[in-house]
Amino acid sequence: MNQRPFLRIFVTPAALCAVGFVAALLAVMQYSLRAYVPGSLEAGGFTLANFTALMKPLYGRVFLDTVWICFLTAFFTLIVGYPLAYALVHARNAALKSVILVITVTPLFLGEVVRTYSWIVVLGNNGFVNAMLLKAGLIDAPVQLMFTHFGVVTALVHVTLPVMVIMLAAALTHIDRDYVRAAASLGAGPIRAFLTVTLPLSTPGIIAGVTTAFAWTFSAFATPQLIGGGQVNMIANLVYQLGFASFNFPFAASLSVAGLALTFAILALLRAAARPLERLGPH
Amino acid sequence: MPRLLAVLGGITVIAILGFIMLPAVVVTLAAFNGRAILSFPPETWSWRWFAKALAYEDFGSGFRNGLIVTAWASTIALVVGAAFALALERYEFRFKRTLEIVLLSPLVVPHFTVGLGFLILAAQLGVARGYAVVVACHVVLVLPFVLRSVYVSLRNLDPRLELAAASLGAPPHRVLTTVTLPLLLPGLVSGWLFAAILSFNEFTASLFVTAQRTQTLPVALYNYVREYADPSMAAVSVLYIVLTAVLLTFATVFLGLGKVLNVEAPR
Repeated sequence: MNQRPFLRIFVTPAALCAVGFVAALLAVMQYSLRAYVPGSLEAGGFTLANFTALMKPLYGRVFLDTVWICFLTAFFTLIVGYPLAYALVHARNAALKSVILVITVTPLFLGEVVRTYSWIVVLGNNGFVNAMLLKAGLIDAPVQLMFTHFGVVTALVHVTLPVMVIMLAAALTHIDRDYVRAAASLGAGPIRAFLTVTLPLSTPGIIAGVTTAFAWTFSAFATPQLIGGGQVNMIANLVYQLGFASFNFPFAASLSVAGLALTFAILALLRAAARPLERLGPH
Repeated sequence: MPRLLAVLGGITVIAILGFIMLPAVVVTLAAFNGRAILSFPPETWSWRWFAKALAYEDFGSGFRNGLIVTAWASTIALVVGAAFALALERYEFRFKRTLEIVLLSPLVVPHFTVGLGFLILAAQLGVARGYAVVVACHVVLVLPFVLRSVYVSLRNLDPRLELAAASLGAPPHRVLTTVTLPLLLPGLVSGWLFAAILSFNEFTASLFVTAQRTQTLPVALYNYVREYADPSMAAVSVLYIVLTAVLLTFATVFLGLGKVLNVEAPR
């Protein structure tokens, strides 16, 4: 009798999807090495010109800016997400738990455009925050929140928060509560028990959350486009601009490839930096 | 001391939940604003932006296109993902790890890169920018979520039930259709729901692969926000928020969202 019934039927469709995805990535890589033919969607012969053009300081700044925004977003998402994940896991009441979960997860499903638009209404010059501050008499003229790093990072933290909370909560759920009880019975106060037991044991979740937040922010397009308004540019915005405003798809492709390489390099760095921390974890 | 900590913790959590809900609350206020220019609190109240949004042709066609793409993409992703999750959990085969890594990698590959890739690939293969390209792109993007959802419910499934059916003489396909799949149903439904919601909302890659004719709702919304500033968009956002909250509450109550997301230990 066949020990692996349906194996081929189960794996073939997935393999086809994988082939399609790899082909798409290869298409980008191939295009990144082609010459730009102005006024045409076709690409010319093979060249390294796109990558040498990337060396211009203008693009270097966008790359640095992108990485900086990603770091800020991942950091603040962690700070804001941890208490929420902790509350979600430790809530005693099932209804309260469901409420926290639904409120946390709902923004994840609203899509980037709806959420970004909502933040424009909050942060705009005649938006909610400015209207409230003016009414309270704290300011005389609207504060510029749109088109700033502050505005972009705030909205991006909001975008990545649900994923962060889910990943932290998954890690916190699987920590044996007996460890904390043991620490308490040995005389550790709640703060000390948290800092020496719960926090180190949740490192895998922190690493997973920060990594994902980083990758998601790197991928963000609508938020920096609409809230940054050309003042705050990330790689995604540059790729779109080059593709659809100047139809320079080869150059857009080379930016994507460089961005992809940078993502993987930073993710690998994060993982390497996290390795000593991970040893503190549950082993 | 522990009481003080609990109070401080409670205040922190309420503040964070407030931060999460702030845009939704503010956009709801804006949607009912009687005038075209934002003011808080609104001076007059009206439903007219809802009427205008519902009558706007691009939103209507975007919604219909979105449903077409979402129905195809989430269903294909469900079938492909569920089958592959079964293979991952049950069998050893060549390139298993490689295939798994490739299929999960859309989680970290920027969506603009995926979108650009499918756009160039379609151009090189001479395929028109129709629904097929958009659906293929969405399948790849939502597949990791289906895989995870089905895989988690597979892990929680008692293998003895399948062994019992097999030992009573059921051939493999009967075990699959009468025992495994029915037991997996909650995982399958939530996986499909996740895939559908994510596909319906996918924006960045869609911006690259859709054409005027296949423009999905998020792309239509983006184009609207870029050109107009009236609260119609706020009205659409409110409809969006209400629908999503209802769907997620349904998922939490009936499917055990906490278990699917793996933030609740299975009992």
